[in-house]
Amino acid sequence: MSGATLSNRKPETGAFYQRDLDWHPPAYTPQYKTSVLRSPQKALLSLDNTLSEITGPVFGHNILGELDNDLIHNFAKAGESAIGPRIIVHGHVLDERGRGVDGVLLEFWQANAGGRYRHRKEGYMAPLDPNFGGCGRTITDENGYYCLRTIQPGPYPWPNRANDWRPAHIHFSAFGHGFAQRLITQMYFEGDPLIWKCPIVDTIPDREAIEGLTAVLDMEATIPMDARAYKFDIVLRGRRSTLFENRREGN
Amino acid sequence: MAQSLNRLKESASQTAGPYVHIGCTPNFAEITGVYSEDLGASMVNDKTKGERITISGHVIDGADTPLKDALVEIWQADASGLYNSPAEMRGSADPNFTGWGRCPTDMTTGEFRFETIKPGRVPFKDGRLMAPHITFWIVARGINLGLSTRMYFEDEEAANAEDPVLARIEHRVRVPTLLAKKDGNGYTFDIHLQGEKETVFFDI
Ligand SMILES: [Fe+3]
Repeated sequence: MSGATLSNRKPETGAFYQRDLDWHPPAYTPQYKTSVLRSPQKALLSLDNTLSEITGPVFGHNILGELDNDLIHNFAKAGESAIGPRIIVHGHVLDERGRGVDGVLLEFWQANAGGRYRHRKEGYMAPLDPNFGGCGRTITDENGYYCLRTIQPGPYPWPNRANDWRPAHIHFSAFGHGFAQRLITQMYFEGDPLIWKCPIVDTIPDREAIEGLTAVLDMEATIPMDARAYKFDIVLRGRRSTLFENRREGN
Repeated sequence: MAQSLNRLKESASQTAGPYVHIGCTPNFAEITGVYSEDLGASMVNDKTKGERITISGHVIDGADTPLKDALVEIWQADASGLYNSPAEMRGSADPNFTGWGRCPTDMTTGEFRFETIKPGRVPFKDGRLMAPHITFWIVARGINLGLSTRMYFEDEEAANAEDPVLARIEHRVRVPTLLAKKDGNGYTFDIHLQGEKETVFFDI
């Protein structure tokens, strides 16, 4: 982390638009069993943003290593690479006003091509890939664009109902300009029939919101004889203009 | 027809899942050699101004069991009440304090722990001072949308009594769910996801 200024854009200090809690998944979703004991049951305290929510840290591009956004190589032995269908994921991080958001820290993690995570608590029988760690990160450029290279993750079974499978997915954590803009979500792949059978996807009430998490095959961005490309845009909360705010009468 | 607002919808949240640590704290998850250190692991250095404190606690589910797969992030002002953020317009925060911390809960005990400093007071929108507080954000398997709350300090009775956010809590018996308990040099702050002791969570 550094205090370096990322762009010439004047920092914005407006409150974020209220979150549409009918669009996001509710806390209690019994089809996803773990949510049952982990969901708050009382009403949330709604609060227009104060400085504590509007502000947030800055992540400078200087924290990034050269291979941070290349999951094919960032864990592989020299001269080797991860096994699986090679893909590029690229996209635009916007806010609800349609503006590109610069300097967003994106962190991503995923299973390997066989659907197995590199984690002490992972129990799936699919083999580990010695050249695949499964984590990566990047920071959006001055216009809000990002890209990464990886292998397409496999679907995997998980203990919920007796026969639940996750569609192929990449987890994304987005850290925008304010702490209240913080978001974790998942990217799915266009055409995967498991999307519509997954109880975690199904926590999202609105079909359109699910489509919004589904990356589209992008043949123009595909690198011939190398890697297919998927485009995945992410929308973060918008914020108000501060023209008439933060000023007390008489001050 | 009137013009359109042309707003986009925020990307829908999805649970961080059981393996959030692979992405956010890979060294903790034993994936080493990719990043030199996990982001948010240290908030202070030798030169940081202010009173050093430790904050530790657990995130506890509805069966009174601590989560062993959660990730907790905190965000707070420096000792003089300034945020280390480009959106901070009142002055420059202590350059030796990041204000942001990230900690996975221990895989065996479920404990999280932050080495930080006691924050100064920050003004509310109308200029009144809020009591010293730290913003918490909790994600984990089974949590569909990251949970936001605030930690206040139980030994700041006077400041807490005039805090405009605490004043908004209708059921006063729930206020103590936001108060960290003094414990030697540090504070303990347990977060209860549901049940009688459910922490007050915020829609911010
Ligand atoms: Fe997953």
